Amino acid sequence: MAKNDPKAKNPPRRNPAAKLEEVMTGTTVFNIPFPKDLNTLKSMSPIVIKHPYYVEYIHSYGQDSPFFAGLANRKLLGTRCGRCDYTYATPRLHCTRCGKETKWVELPQEGRVHTFTTCYFGSEEFLKETPFHLVLVEFDGVDTLLLARLIGVEGPEDIRIGMKIRAKFRRNSQLKPTDVYFVPVG
Amino acid sequence: MRPVYMVSGGVSKFEKARPDATFQKMVKEAFDYTMGDVPRLKPSMIEGSVGSYFSDHFTRQLMAGIMATDYLGMCPKPNKRIEGGGATGGLCFQAAWESVASGRMDVCLAFGFETMSHVQTWKGNEFIALASDVNFDYPVGGFYSGYYAMMVNRHIHEFGTTVEQMAMVSVKNHMNAYNNPYAQKRKRLTIQDVRNSEMVAYPLTLLDICVMSDGAAACILASEEAAFRLTDRPVKITGVGTGTDMMRMADRPHGEVILAPNEKKSDYKKLKYPGVHSFRAGRSAGLQAYKMAGITDPVREIDFVELHDAYTSSEIQTYEDLALCKYGEGGKFVEEGHPFMPQIEYGLKLKTKGTIPVNPSGGLIACGHPVGATGLMQAVFAFWQIQGTIKKHYGSPELQLKKANRGLIHSHAGTGTYVTVSILERGW
Repeated sequence: MAKNDPKAKNPPRRNPAAKLEEVMTGTTVFNIPFPKDLNTLKSMSPIVIKHPYYVEYIHSYGQDSPFFAGLANRKLLGTRCGRCDYTYATPRLHCTRCGKETKWVELPQEGRVHTFTTCYFGSEEFLKETPFHLVLVEFDGVDTLLLARLIGVEGPEDIRIGMKIRAKFRRNSQLKPTDVYFVPVG
Repeated sequence: MRPVYMVSGGVSKFEKARPDATFQKMVKEAFDYTMGDVPRLKPSMIEGSVGSYFSDHFTRQLMAGIMATDYLGMCPKPNKRIEGGGATGGLCFQAAWESVASGRMDVCLAFGFETMSHVQTWKGNEFIALASDVNFDYPVGGFYSGYYAMMVNRHIHEFGTTVEQMAMVSVKNHMNAYNNPYAQKRKRLTIQDVRNSEMVAYPLTLLDICVMSDGAAACILASEEAAFRLTDRPVKITGVGTGTDMMRMADRPHGEVILAPNEKKSDYKKLKYPGVHSFRAGRSAGLQAYKMAGITDPVREIDFVELHDAYTSSEIQTYEDLALCKYGEGGKFVEEGHPFMPQIEYGLKLKTKGTIPVNPSGGLIACGHPVGATGLMQAVFAFWQIQGTIKKHYGSPELQLKKANRGLIHSHAGTGTYVTVSILERGW
């Protein structure tokens, strides 16, 4: 074979394990063949059907509700225990340490990345948003963390633990925890 | 409490999908195998059962537990369902232990199953992610691989753990499973194969993560008197521990390490614990079980471990929680070869092998993770290992450890919310 054969440099990219992704579309079947000989019935298995299941919940945020009202008004709210002063970035209306009811407090809108990841796959609900970046945010003077999305970076190589990030809010609130998201500072 | 023994176990072959069988039929397969292994045991001698499955969403069948119970012919005897996320099977094993230890039953059946193939993988990931706070966590992008990726990134930050060390866990567990006919994935891999497979949630690749499965498992637990009547080689359950932690990772405290008997406060001067890098529930469960079994130096006093390696990273984190090494040394522990099987060739350069083999069966990463069955599967594989009957049940002796008098099984839920540890020992 000639030395300059381009095929020698770039071997054909062939993947014997390639396969089409399964889809949930198909043909509706209204009847099914049946054998005369009942002794062969076991070979009629398995019959697999599609069963859609859709539910609308009336989901109450309950005692956590003010957090979402805060987001709609560009405020990031946590809670603080009146007895032991423990401060929660993700609100909790009773202190897990001493059991006392906590008070709502406004959190700083700047924090640091405590840890992070970039998701290239995800649950079905979020698959269309991949890749996306998740961060646990730490705030000065606050004892616990907050889970949020980070935008304004391309990949995990652009994110560092300890890096400063700032909260931003959706103008049109969805009343979801994603109404607040974070971007890198400066 | 009175002593409790395991006398038999069985596992259905774990598969990506079992369209040929409903969950009842898969449980029946595991149960029949279990019964076949102790011919002296008759169904009438089983005084009741506990059943475990994780998700009502996967089954789309409420009260599935009773449907498995009636299929097995266990009515009208006692039964209840046990559920606790990924630790469902481990909790079920301990519930059966409680039934016998309390004196309520002399012989108790524990069975578990999951049918995860009934939805597409990404819908399955959504169901699993519903095991995170639906007010604050799930809607942000609920995905367990993402949660574990965040935890290991912090572990890497704190301790310098490497992705190659994580990949070594995958190579080990897939290679072990090569000789386990029950396993779903039996593969010879290299570190490069693991790193080159698709990135799922940085830094976890497809081969760092266990797969969804259909499967079932069953165990029979018995009182001392019943156990020796049924088998010549019963395995004694000498320690049980159950730990918990806050559902939301964000809520985990940053305090002091809960010290194991072989650790000192000065080992961890600067470490904030557990944070999101370690599993306080795993440490708590381990220490309870060690105390009960009289173990003070786990790595020397335990012969092997079957632990919940849903992720390669969580296997490394769990070495530390179980005090097989100190916090921060998990990466080095695998890199040096301690958790590898002495008799298996992995194609890796290892300084040592077989200090304490971890996941000789192949673990969740290679065997599969049909959630409600998983913790019981670990019990069955550990039971056979201690009995010395691996050859009989696997069809080949490669995975039989020479010294397997005492094993540890570990089942783990959520981002470390429920963890069970049970100690099994040669009882004869």
